[in-house]
Amino acid sequence: MNPFVAFAEYSAVGIAGGGIYALIALGTVVIFKSSQTFNFAMGEMMMLSAYFFYTAAVTFALGPVLGLIVALIGAVAVALLIERFALRPMMGRPFIAVVMVTFGIGSILRGIVGMVWGPADLQIPAILARTPVIIGGMFIPGKTARAFAIAVAIVCALIGFLRYSRAGIALRAAAADQITAYSMGIDVRRVVAFSWVIAAITGCISGVLMANVNSLNPSLGLVALNVLSVIILGGMNSIGGVLVAGLLIGWLESVTGWWFGTEFREITPYVLALLILLVRPTGLFGSTQVERI
Amino acid sequence: MLRVDGIHLAFGGLRALSGVSVHAERGRITSVIGPNGAGKTSLFNVISGFYTPQQGTVTLDGQPITQLRPSARASAGMSRTFQNIALFHGMTVLDNIKLGAHTNLKGGVFSAGFRLPAARREEQALSAAIQRDIIGLLELDTVQHHYVEDLAYGLQKRVELARALVMKPKILLLDEPVAGMNSEEKREMSRFVLNVRQDWNTTVLLIEHDMSMVMGISDHIVVLSFGKPIAAGTPDQVRANPDVIKAYLGTGDEAAA
Amino acid sequence: MPGTSRFSRNALWALLLVAALAALPAAVPRYWIYFAGLLGINIIAVHGLNIMTGYTGLLSLGHAAFVGVGAYTVALAQSRLGLPFYLAIPLAGLTAAVMGVGFGLPSLRIRGLYLVIATLAAQFILNFIFVHWQSVTNGDAGLTVQPATIFGYPLNNETRAYYLILACDVAFTLFAINVIRSRVGRAFVAVRERDRTAEVLGVRIVWYKFVAFALGSFYAGVAGGLLAYFNQFVNPEQFGLLLSVFFLSAVIVGGMGSILGAIMGAVFMTLLPEILRGGALSIGGTFGFDLSSILVPLRETVFGLLIVGFLILEPRGLAQLWKRAQHALRRPPTTTAPNPGSEGKS
Repeated sequence: MNPFVAFAEYSAVGIAGGGIYALIALGTVVIFKSSQTFNFAMGEMMMLSAYFFYTAAVTFALGPVLGLIVALIGAVAVALLIERFALRPMMGRPFIAVVMVTFGIGSILRGIVGMVWGPADLQIPAILARTPVIIGGMFIPGKTARAFAIAVAIVCALIGFLRYSRAGIALRAAAADQITAYSMGIDVRRVVAFSWVIAAITGCISGVLMANVNSLNPSLGLVALNVLSVIILGGMNSIGGVLVAGLLIGWLESVTGWWFGTEFREITPYVLALLILLVRPTGLFGSTQVERI
Repeated sequence: MLRVDGIHLAFGGLRALSGVSVHAERGRITSVIGPNGAGKTSLFNVISGFYTPQQGTVTLDGQPITQLRPSARASAGMSRTFQNIALFHGMTVLDNIKLGAHTNLKGGVFSAGFRLPAARREEQALSAAIQRDIIGLLELDTVQHHYVEDLAYGLQKRVELARALVMKPKILLLDEPVAGMNSEEKREMSRFVLNVRQDWNTTVLLIEHDMSMVMGISDHIVVLSFGKPIAAGTPDQVRANPDVIKAYLGTGDEAAA
Repeated sequence: MPGTSRFSRNALWALLLVAALAALPAAVPRYWIYFAGLLGINIIAVHGLNIMTGYTGLLSLGHAAFVGVGAYTVALAQSRLGLPFYLAIPLAGLTAAVMGVGFGLPSLRIRGLYLVIATLAAQFILNFIFVHWQSVTNGDAGLTVQPATIFGYPLNNETRAYYLILACDVAFTLFAINVIRSRVGRAFVAVRERDRTAEVLGVRIVWYKFVAFALGSFYAGVAGGLLAYFNQFVNPEQFGLLLSVFFLSAVIVGGMGSILGAIMGAVFMTLLPEILRGGALSIGGTFGFDLSSILVPLRETVFGLLIVGFLILEPRGLAQLWKRAQHALRRPPTTTAPNPGSEGKS
């Protein structure tokens, strides 16, 4: 194949795959904005939701639509439990302690999934059509393209919601200044819980999409860990920044996989993260405030 | 000893200090007072090196230190206490005090890990010096092995003072040493500061809200208002200065303090 | 009570403990000795992570990878350079320290999450190298290692290797205690607690982060080197993310910033998988299930629960619980007279 055409095609596929990453990123940033906490369990929340979907849709034969609803409810319930019983008691504690708690939660969820559903690959019902999409002569696998479309739609809807709804405004107020928000009558604890709900929804949808594009197994959640590393460096305070970072990682993974071999995909985000740290510690978009010491 | 000359400091468009000069003479207690927002804390942060002023110089014992990092100022002989207690939890009183002498010691990982004679001697000398000079002076003997977070507020403040003293500083900066104390604790703290000056002839620069303490122990007072110096002199001169009275009455809440 | 008598009493207990451990192989079955050896290695690795995370507040999610670096260093130093163990082990520590600093240095200058990401990157990138740098690491198949030899005397069974590990444990624990009690150790805690204040006191923060990171990675490398000799093989699977979670759990469960805590955490966490296995198998046996397939995820869940539980309920870990228990024993509830001298001191 002509290398330019191949490059364009791998780029398109990668960016399309990055749509899901952008969705994961959005959920993470919302939690970060509300509570300055970084959620290392995002990937496991994703994976668990996908298993909820599988169980409802396949095991209980409810079909994809009801299955998705059940999965969303389950994801939100889990997120609220985590927030209430693990994160709230840690309020005011050192940042790294809170991060370790989310990391521990990730480990718990990973283990539970392994115990309940086992390590094998599971097939979930195809909610995305396989027919490839062809744009300008570029051939993009059907599932990837449709997953991208759904991810973009959800991201847009959520951004609109965060911008115009009361809850969204409260979230932004709390992100800007917790004390002031509190004095304005905003219940910061509810805002935090709300951000976990948003994260649960983005996690659930990205998990189900991811399980459709690839397959469902307990390592599904590791994807989020990869993505998140770069997202933080994209600038945790800027929603736009992390969305772009998500797409960028998708693109980069695809292109390096093509150029160096697929096994290199998994470390691409980390190499990128280290490079960014080395040359531009303020993050890709410079909106993170870096405290040098 | 410590000379601060013509400091201008602004954050963005906000002027915090305009043309502030303070000279702390050797062996004397100099105080900076002023209503809330007068720029006292900004001035302290300039002196200890957290803020870089747009204009002006800081010299210690004739050496310009305006460009030094905070850690280098410690080695140059400057030490301070903090408005909000800044002790290290999870450590005993003694270890907290020893940290004050960090820059006077040399031991590294290897000499410490293998307990080389040099590191051992250094540590023993420090312990002996603390027992001899600090513990008795500040009456900390009964609590020296306690964890700092278990101590009462006033005692914690005293431990901070001890930590600032252990390196035998040329200049001791005290940032509101009696804030939040009851009158008994305030009297004690005033006594300790005077004892330190008397025993060691230490130069002291004090920022304080509490007028009784400032008037009681200062040799020289500088008054700031809205980032500008409005008066300077002995406690009696300052007390009689009409500008000072106006500045304090103007803000209301300080008059009571 | 005066500090000196307390110190010598602790030293006496430690001596008795070491003597008992030295006599252990005569008293217990071989399998236990294998286990004790593994435990000894974990103690060194956990000391390393405790120096970084517990004392200095530098969270590392890549400790297992640095242990791996040490293990591969030993395997390669032996097969390619023919180095004896007393050179290979320090080399393993140094290589891990250099790697750790290489990954950590860019982010040590900055506060916040950056170091966590750098260590996570180290975990995945180093493991990737173990798997894919076939010509050196032999990929998934791994490398075999000959047992260590002292003066021509091979440490080719568990008991002999156990004594080497015990000696290393004593040496590395003492070294850690000495460092922590010194100016350097005080600076570590100062950096963890309040870095701004530390700087005013003249503590060079970035330097001490660097020192803590290098020292912690050195310990990891030594532990990895010992592990290579002990297992007599090295492969990438041993050094995955789960092992990093294991070390982190040990530090948290034992008690961050406590030498005793690191040891207790390592003991607890090393025994835990065995207890879980025994429990799961006996429960499964009673009810006629085969629960062996869920052992790995069960372990993951329990590690996670311990991390979360201890962080929320007892951030000072088992070491603190132990102190409290001692306190309760020393001062039985029947004595009503309070002892003003020891109040608050625990």
